[in-house]
Amino acid sequence: MTQGIPFNVPFLAVAALIGIAFYIIVSQRNLIKLVMGLSILASGVNLFLITLGYREGGVAPIYTHAPAGIMVLPVPQALTLTSIVIAVACLALMLSMVVHIYRHTGSTDSEKSRIMKG
Amino acid sequence: MVVASLAFVEFLVIILARDIYLNGLHIYTLGASSPDLTIPENYIVPVRIILEVDSMSIFMAIISATVSLAAAIYSLSFMKGETGQNRFYTLLLLLVAGMFGMVLTGDLFNLFVFLEIASIAGAALTAFRTKFADTAEGGLKYIVISTVAALMVLFAIGIFYAQYNLINIGALAHVMQYTMLDKIALVLLAIAFMMKLASVPLHMWCPDTYSVAPASITIMLVVASYACLYALFRTCFTLYGVSPDMVTVGWIVITLGMLTMFVGVTMAVFQTDIKRLMAYHCISQTGYMLLGIGVGLAVLNRPEALNTYGIAAMDGGIFHIINNALYKGLLFLTAGALFYRTGTRDLNRMGGLAHKMKWTTIFYIIGALSISGIPPFNGFASKLLIYESVYRFNPILAIVAMITSILTLASFTKAFYSAFMGAELPEYQEVKEVPKSMIAGMAILAAGIIFFSLFPGLVVERLAHPATEALINQGAYISGIMGGGG
Repeated sequence: MTQGIPFNVPFLAVAALIGIAFYIIVSQRNLIKLVMGLSILASGVNLFLITLGYREGGVAPIYTHAPAGIMVLPVPQALTLTSIVIAVACLALMLSMVVHIYRHTGSTDSEKSRIMKG
Repeated sequence: MVVASLAFVEFLVIILARDIYLNGLHIYTLGASSPDLTIPENYIVPVRIILEVDSMSIFMAIISATVSLAAAIYSLSFMKGETGQNRFYTLLLLLVAGMFGMVLTGDLFNLFVFLEIASIAGAALTAFRTKFADTAEGGLKYIVISTVAALMVLFAIGIFYAQYNLINIGALAHVMQYTMLDKIALVLLAIAFMMKLASVPLHMWCPDTYSVAPASITIMLVVASYACLYALFRTCFTLYGVSPDMVTVGWIVITLGMLTMFVGVTMAVFQTDIKRLMAYHCISQTGYMLLGIGVGLAVLNRPEALNTYGIAAMDGGIFHIINNALYKGLLFLTAGALFYRTGTRDLNRMGGLAHKMKWTTIFYIIGALSISGIPPFNGFASKLLIYESVYRFNPILAIVAMITSILTLASFTKAFYSAFMGAELPEYQEVKEVPKSMIAGMAILAAGIIFFSLFPGLVVERLAHPATEALINQGAYISGIMGGGG
């Protein structure tokens, strides 16, 4: 971490992102906002993984022409990359479903567009 | 093509199952010079992606293969007339791949990836028939729940990686310290898998999704949720194993199992939508499995109790997974057949269909008797194992389980009378039996039920009991990865 920023700050950001995301998912009735909440949740978890792998003053873990010194951990970055790809697929699928719901019911409000009950 | 490839997969799985029964655990390391090379040279921990297959994994794989085969054959006629057939079967194979990946992998992150693959394919298939207004709603609920669950799993993986720099299940179990963070990770994993499993109180998505999905996809979603059940067992038994906290965890699983069982069935009694009714029963049956396995967990560190009834309870719970996949699958397929011919899922608008749809009626009776635990069907065999062993653990639990079974019978009798019995209704004069491929799909599952009903002892001995042994024997799974060191 660069000088002056305590090491905990990224973790606080993770907690804030996940907290905001859960608040949005639970409280918002608009389906688009729900999808945005899920996207924020995914970002929070990705940030968590990246922060775990960070080592102070580390360089990117590429062996070719690497400068001397420590590297950050490569595994969390690989995990995050996979997770980002998956999150994009989920996001696209969810948005397309919201579009279909809107076409059929004329609303993206989860209370008004709801068909099934009980 | 799809049917042929799935039949081939089924064939391969059965060969592998026989081999595992004879020779024990199998390991395959992806990308290594030799498949047994779990720990690369100059490393002390496994870093490669490893597939690890033991009796429990192959047990789940058999279920996935059988049900997918039946679902694919059934879809041939059921989905005829829909647009985008190619995409439908592509997604179906993707869902199969996701389920197999989840049950065969030996790596936590891989588990997350396959969980997401199965979720995305499952949700897309649920919402596949976009001409109906309600399908997108069911699909959206499924994908939202799945995404939240999967991100919780990912967070738990992050916690493990932060502490041990490992994501391999066997290697993690080897070094597990049971710190506070590990407990948080256990809670996250358990909640995530319970969410996907539709265990009460996180079951709300289940009836909506199951009732709008095409019938052949519903049964695959049921199996996909059992893959999550497998992941839950793998976490509790293999990853955490014998520790003092497991008594508490076991009781939590038992309590949730009882709630799931009872709430599921009481909600089911009032439903008039046939697939919704079956979906609530599906929730209720999951409770039996959680109950059986929860008893096993609670007595895991008391060897004498484990040997007298704990193992029997787990055998029952695991045997119930395959039984439920078969008869619940059969019932969902008959519901799909009714929908295919009448165009409605509302029980109040059906009637007298037994005159026209003889095969469907027979299959429905087999499935309904089996789910209610009527002897001699296979549901009775696994439920009896659960009742007997749970009664010795705590009699009240067994009594609630029996009441649930009676309510199940009551609700399926009601559905039977409204759909099949009575005079022929004028609007269903032209209704005839469903096409041959749908009958064939149902017949595969019905044949499985009858086989299991005739030889329950054989199935428990060859399939369910080795699976239980594999779950309890944490050391074997670890030494498979760590190379004999245990």
